[in-house]
Amino acid sequence: MGTTLYQKVLEQHVVDEVGDDLVLYIDRHLIHEVTSPQAFAGLDEKNRKVRRPDLTFGTMDHSISTQSLALDACGPQNELQLRTLAANCATHEINLWPVGHKNQGIVHVIGPQLGLILPGTTVVCGDSHTATHGAFGALAFGIGTSQVEHVLATQTLKQGRAKSMLVEVKGKLGLGVTAKDIILAIIGKIGHAGATGHVIEYAGSAISALSMEQRMTICNMSIEAGAKAGMIAPDQTTFDYIQGKEYAPKGAAWDEAVAHWQTLKSDKDATFDTVVTLNAEEIEPQVTWGTNPGQVVGINQPVPTPSDFEDAVTQTSAQKALQYMGIQPGANLNELEVNHVFIGSCTNSRIEDLRAAAQVAKLGEVKSGVTAIVVPGSVSVKEQAEQEGLDKVFKTAGFEWRLPGCSMCLGMNDDVLEAGDRCASTSNRNFEGRQGRGARTHLVSPEMAAAAALHGTFIDVRKLGAN
Amino acid sequence: MSGISEIKGRLAPLDQANVDTDQIIPKQFLTGITRKGYGKHLFHDWRYLDTNESVLNPEFSLNKEEYQGANILLTRQNFGCGSSREHAPWSLGDYGFEAIIASSYADIFYSNCINNQILPVKLSEVDIDTMFQLLYDDAQIAVHIDLPNQSVLIGTSKFAFEIEAQHKHNLLKGLDAIGQTLELSDKIEIFEKKRASWL
Repeated sequence: MGTTLYQKVLEQHVVDEVGDDLVLYIDRHLIHEVTSPQAFAGLDEKNRKVRRPDLTFGTMDHSISTQSLALDACGPQNELQLRTLAANCATHEINLWPVGHKNQGIVHVIGPQLGLILPGTTVVCGDSHTATHGAFGALAFGIGTSQVEHVLATQTLKQGRAKSMLVEVKGKLGLGVTAKDIILAIIGKIGHAGATGHVIEYAGSAISALSMEQRMTICNMSIEAGAKAGMIAPDQTTFDYIQGKEYAPKGAAWDEAVAHWQTLKSDKDATFDTVVTLNAEEIEPQVTWGTNPGQVVGINQPVPTPSDFEDAVTQTSAQKALQYMGIQPGANLNELEVNHVFIGSCTNSRIEDLRAAAQVAKLGEVKSGVTAIVVPGSVSVKEQAEQEGLDKVFKTAGFEWRLPGCSMCLGMNDDVLEAGDRCASTSNRNFEGRQGRGARTHLVSPEMAAAAALHGTFIDVRKLGAN
Repeated sequence: MSGISEIKGRLAPLDQANVDTDQIIPKQFLTGITRKGYGKHLFHDWRYLDTNESVLNPEFSLNKEEYQGANILLTRQNFGCGSSREHAPWSLGDYGFEAIIASSYADIFYSNCINNQILPVKLSEVDIDTMFQLLYDDAQIAVHIDLPNQSVLIGTSKFAFEIEAQHKHNLLKGLDAIGQTLELSDKIEIFEKKRASWL
């Protein structure tokens, strides 16, 4: 019987088996300030060393200001955390790209852009959006701090075998419909916990047609369906993206690597535990209405009524969500007034995202009463955008142009919303209080977020004619 | 770390599905650099009416008098979804919860519980409904979780639960997982020698 892409990559990394668990070798370990200090403290307590500092890469992203390069810009606690990361990386001789460095940025943006993420590798990070790197055909997943400590000390991780799920997206996306809309539609279809215990493989013509950055947007949100990881088989698009990047293999090693990468795909007779199919033509721009990413509809659909759902628990969840969000059942999304717009996060802060948002921003001005911020994913994305004049497009339209970081996706810095604020956000989580206590988050694509900024309400971006 | 075998005590209800780790412990409490002191911030947004944590929300179940001192959290499906923050089990443990009972958990949160000696008991949705009913009938009802025998006794009702052998073993023994893996150093070294040069 054939094996899936996930099973292949998994088997290629088994160091040993202990009971039901596999001891997996980890090729790349990304770290940041929030989930690593306790892991280093644990190592130091037991006098343990970092086994492979050369495979460990750190940056600062969660706790930093987007308005100042000063480490203390967001208070002494954040500063202590950032300085602790710097000290730990110095002690253990780990590569760190701190605030101000040209390679600094959101951990899931810089890994790929530096060529650190390669097909068929295992990638972990103390961050659930590590799934992003599955876009390269890597097995990439988020881990807790105890596991970060385990990887630092042993360069391995104990893992059970996950189930395999195939999500096939057939056909061709319509104009104005993006990778973000695909993944939101998938989560809407299978539910917020629909892929728990599974590794998803995304396939089909609509997926193959996507650029690497768009594929990253898809894989990034795998965790929002509960999946362990999300993967896309590497192809020429993948190889072209990696070639020439700073840490990518060069010369003869490149040829050897590509030869191996070309073998990384699910066998034709591989069986998946679960198969889900979507038609790209049926996907319209998505907007979440609730407090988890599975509570989502197309922009032209009415917000559901709790009684639309079958079981009592889901009905109660929907009711609670609508109450928190201040939305009437059956409401039209284009009647909701938005007073904040956030364009950024590891889901949608790459250059293509900013170009797409800028195309819309060109069409008008940010509506009075709306605060709109654009936070590039990395220093490199910011510089590229500035070279292309995107910063000017945004600023002219009334958007704020900020420094790179995680920013308002989770608000560990001072980019926090007030109770009752309603935000069109290109991030990945619309949980209660995620962007600020009592604040209301609606997840959308960069184009839809920019359109909401101009109109002050949600509006179908396809009606604006930017595309 | 010492292992866990039996947990006796009382339940506190959190009667909702999809409780995410942002709710368990919001971002403003993630700036610490130690594993301690997160219990007072557990469920911050729901538990307190103010941001200074001085005014308790009387409506929130954990604040009700009858559930004070409970050491087992009873909740519903997909508990601990979202962020990988291990601060979630740290805050639950620091508050005083030794076990959680739910119909399903998010994967990363589940691992984080095992690694922190918090027992995540998984029961069917029907059993969870029954448990909530038993608890609402008698807030003081005694609970006894027996990990070796994989059972939960609540009042006179008994429920069997499944747990992966490796997880059970780790919880019972309270082993130093890193220490165990370090014993495999030879195998790790052999694996490293086989890795492609371009990795």
